[in-house]
Amino acid sequence: MENLINIFVKSIFIDNMVFAYFLGMCSYLAVSKTVKTSVGLGLAVIFVLGITVPVNYLIENYLLKEGALAWLSPSFADVDLSFLSFIMFIAVIASMVQLVEMIVEKFAPTLYANLGIFLPLIAVNCAILGGALFMQEREYANIAEATSFALGSGIGWFLAIVGIAAIREKIKYSNVPAPLRGLGITFIITGLMGIAFMSFMGISL
Amino acid sequence: MKGLRKLVDNIKPHFSKGGKFAMLHSTFDAFETFLFVPNKTTRRGSHIRDNMDMKRTMIVVVLATIPALLFGMWNTGYQYYLSIGETAGFWCNFWYGFWKVLPLIVVSYVAGLATEFLFAQIRGHEVNEGFLVSGMLIPLIVPVDVPLWMVAVATIFAVVIGKEVFGGTGMNILNPALTARAFLFFAYPSWMSGDKVWIHDMIENGSNVVDGFSGATPLADAAAGHIGSVPCWCEMFVGTIPGSIGETSTLAILIGAAILLYTGIASWRVMFSVVAGGLVMGLILNAFAVNPFMEIPAWHHLLMGGFAFGAVFMATDPVTAAQTNKGKYIYGFLIGFLAILIRVLNPAYPEGMMLAILFMNVFAPLIDHYVVEANIKKRLKRAKLAAKSVSNQNFENK
Repeated sequence: MENLINIFVKSIFIDNMVFAYFLGMCSYLAVSKTVKTSVGLGLAVIFVLGITVPVNYLIENYLLKEGALAWLSPSFADVDLSFLSFIMFIAVIASMVQLVEMIVEKFAPTLYANLGIFLPLIAVNCAILGGALFMQEREYANIAEATSFALGSGIGWFLAIVGIAAIREKIKYSNVPAPLRGLGITFIITGLMGIAFMSFMGISL
Repeated sequence: MKGLRKLVDNIKPHFSKGGKFAMLHSTFDAFETFLFVPNKTTRRGSHIRDNMDMKRTMIVVVLATIPALLFGMWNTGYQYYLSIGETAGFWCNFWYGFWKVLPLIVVSYVAGLATEFLFAQIRGHEVNEGFLVSGMLIPLIVPVDVPLWMVAVATIFAVVIGKEVFGGTGMNILNPALTARAFLFFAYPSWMSGDKVWIHDMIENGSNVVDGFSGATPLADAAAGHIGSVPCWCEMFVGTIPGSIGETSTLAILIGAAILLYTGIASWRVMFSVVAGGLVMGLILNAFAVNPFMEIPAWHHLLMGGFAFGAVFMATDPVTAAQTNKGKYIYGFLIGFLAILIRVLNPAYPEGMMLAILFMNVFAPLIDHYVVEANIKKRLKRAKLAAKSVSNQNFENK
């Protein structure tokens, strides 16, 4: 249990997807104009990460890894399908995103309109694929660990996008130099937020 | 005085529209309002004005930092003579520190104000007084031996990236003084942390130091587990300990806090909740104590390192703190909480106050957003209820 909490906290603050690995930047920069839409996108990312990483974990450990097929018959013990992992992970992610899109369209049409192209683009959001690949690389011991990592990273991404959205709402009427308006100042804010997030780096859990 | 007024009035036409130096008008304006109270009045509508304008506000904050500054000067000399094993008189200590600290202040003001004036000229806005405070705070939160060019670079970075790109004073999201310190901390760690940076001359001439003098701050001692060498609380309260120039003396900082609270410039809500957050985290750590650092009494944390200085001068920055009253409590509490958490649990950094404040600066707009949203929801609900009861009454009256 303690281990799960450690992984969870670590993936929110210390290994933050945005500020430690700079993943998922495109939608982070593009959809963070208002707090409301960014909350919607953040929740969608938490949801997609929370489902795809455990599913990918099962696929990785029971189908793809070297010797993972041994449960079918002992003769498969030396089969290594890990070259398929990218395709499998992306397929799972794409189908999950399809599901999320249908749910959002049905139950929150305004949010659906606000998110626009960025909702289907979650499928190619690097934070999501990054989550699956980190899961593979870090070799979590069981599915519970993988899930807590996934939820933690999702919440970390959520915090980042909601935080920057609030700042962008605040500076909406500031007299920012003309060449920096829009994306320029957003990049600078991201850098400054990165400095602030450095406070947690180095904590060993 | 009259002669000065005359001189200013004489050269004024050159700086107004159409004059020779019209492009320098904001520089002129800054000096004129520095010398004399502006007599501009608004032409339309009624404006109620307080005599507490931005210049007065900022100068009061600068005054509030003076006790910490004077004590820092004395302490610089005191620590230096302590390290070489000599005892010196009060004035001797003070003058020694004075000549060490003064260049830092001059460099920070010159570099920062030059940048500020440059931006004001190019962007055509007035020169704002905000930097008067930042320029004072930057020397107070660096070790005494930090090279002057680093101070200049960090100050310029803080003014340009931390403030001017957002549109100048009042628009920044991170505290400029802390941005400068964070820049120094991450860019030149060897000059900003360790045991030797806090005492003048200890890096270059370490051999002069007497045996048994380590130069470590109480926090570094505590983090290393040398609880025995942490000075007693009275020393930490008065401030005769190594540390950044202005942060050591809790007593001097409290005098500053009294000035800020009396004039109503700093928010008591923020100060109070920072202290509360620090105490709560200290008590939590005491409850789960697994090493000697976690066992030290919670209130000792308030005296160590930059906690008091951050709580009084940094967290209360009216621009970067949360703007709503409820938000201020949350903001302050989390600063205190995180500062102690980083300080004790993060081995990478000896002190957490700077990073905790920067972290909460980033999330202050979010806290405000939700406090305002909650208020809107509450009032809408109340309005709905009121509308309902009114319509019920109308129904009954009929």
